Amino acid sequence: MSNEIISKQSKEQLKQQVEQQRYQDKVDKFTPKPPLLKNICWAFVVGGLICLLGQFITDYFSGLGLSKKEASNYATIVLVFLGSFLTGLGVYDELGKRAGAGSVVPITGFANSIVAPAMEFKREGYVFGIGAKMFVIAGPVLVYGMVTAFIVGLIYWMGQGNRGL
Amino acid sequence: MNKKRGSQSLVFASPPIITSTANIVGPMEGKGLLQEHFDCIMPDNLNNLDSWEQCESYMMEWAIKTAVNKDNSTMDMIDCVLAGDLLNQLMSTHFAVKKINRPFLGLYGACSTMVESLLVGAIVLDGGFANKVAVAASSHHDAAERQYRFPSELGVQRPPSSQWTVTGSGAAILSLLGNGPRITAATIGKIVDYGIKDPNAMGSAMAPAASDTLLRHLQDTGRAPAYYDMIFTGDLGSVGKQLVIQLMKEQGLDISSNYQDCGCMIYREEQDTHAGASGCASSAIVFSGYIYRALMTSKLKKILLLGTGSLHSTTSYQQKESIPCIAHAVAVEV
Repeated sequence: MSNEIISKQSKEQLKQQVEQQRYQDKVDKFTPKPPLLKNICWAFVVGGLICLLGQFITDYFSGLGLSKKEASNYATIVLVFLGSFLTGLGVYDELGKRAGAGSVVPITGFANSIVAPAMEFKREGYVFGIGAKMFVIAGPVLVYGMVTAFIVGLIYWMGQGNRGL
Repeated sequence: MNKKRGSQSLVFASPPIITSTANIVGPMEGKGLLQEHFDCIMPDNLNNLDSWEQCESYMMEWAIKTAVNKDNSTMDMIDCVLAGDLLNQLMSTHFAVKKINRPFLGLYGACSTMVESLLVGAIVLDGGFANKVAVAASSHHDAAERQYRFPSELGVQRPPSSQWTVTGSGAAILSLLGNGPRITAATIGKIVDYGIKDPNAMGSAMAPAASDTLLRHLQDTGRAPAYYDMIFTGDLGSVGKQLVIQLMKEQGLDISSNYQDCGCMIYREEQDTHAGASGCASSAIVFSGYIYRALMTSKLKKILLLGTGSLHSTTSYQQKESIPCIAHAVAVEV
């Protein structure tokens, strides 16, 4: 008796799955596809220009006599400032709408992901608004960035045959 | 007399009259296709207030008060307010109705709230429990975005199937006496879930609920789609609209000539909203503006309005649940 009920249930589940799949096929037919080529071109050009700008800034600081590492640190600071500033002006989201990953992946996008929620949650106060919500988007990037760095470091350390210790 | 018809529908014995309506919208809607059908267009999405949520409350309060004024009534003649919005715990509605100080029932049907309010309001009136009720619904683009999606300044790319939450509020006064179109019948929807999980594809998630309720309404009342001059759905957008036509076609019913979606009527193509409008205000502002005026001038005589709602939350989405959807219908006739 109970077996019968179970087999009836699984039959119904199967029927539902088939029905859902059939509907999904219909949905796919009517859902417009993203303009892939256009998006890729935008991402390539905008991402490339941001990186080019970064290179110019690095070269400028190198020209002032800074070491390569110092120059790239200063370039990062300038790019983060620019990303934050353009977010504040309401320009960066317009750029991101078109460029997608092209403006998300560079460090300017990271700045945008911190400043945008900080602005949004200003109303909820400095502690529970800005402080708590600032990292809602960038937080996971930081967490998994650090985890990855730790794992890579561990592999590097083992590869060195523990010479470091 | 039994007012129930079929399995899910009601036919009113003394059909309540929609004696007045009012609406208010944000600047983007004001630049759209229906700009001459709005009572007030705000200069921006904050309207000199401190937060988007306060702005949404202001819109609803304004819409209800203006509808009462247009009805030549006073607020104390309103026996009950029925309203709702999209925010958690109906935040905007509660702060709006607090200032109105009348008996109140809060309703949540996501974007189907306007039709749910009309439906419940009509039941209250036809049941003899009130003489006059006010119904309203509101949504605010930025307040909804930050609750359901991302901060508005975040540089993300929206997929072409995504819809734009309407900033606005619509209200209507229902009375037992007076002049205006009447709510003659209604169909209460079931929750329908076809397993769509993408909150950027709400049109396709809601389409089966809309066609289910529409089909049930036609079967219960014994009407053909051609009985109505126009059938409107609330906020399915261009993708959901095509799916409803397709799903009805599979049932042997052709609605392509007298069916439109409110979400496809608000914005212009160049406003770049992708698949159209969504939100409680989508059906609320189109019904209280364009549709109501068309009924008053007898340009349309019989319409069916289907409010469509996706009943997901940010928690259900993050826990990878599919989107349960609902649609309610009211028939409004001159």
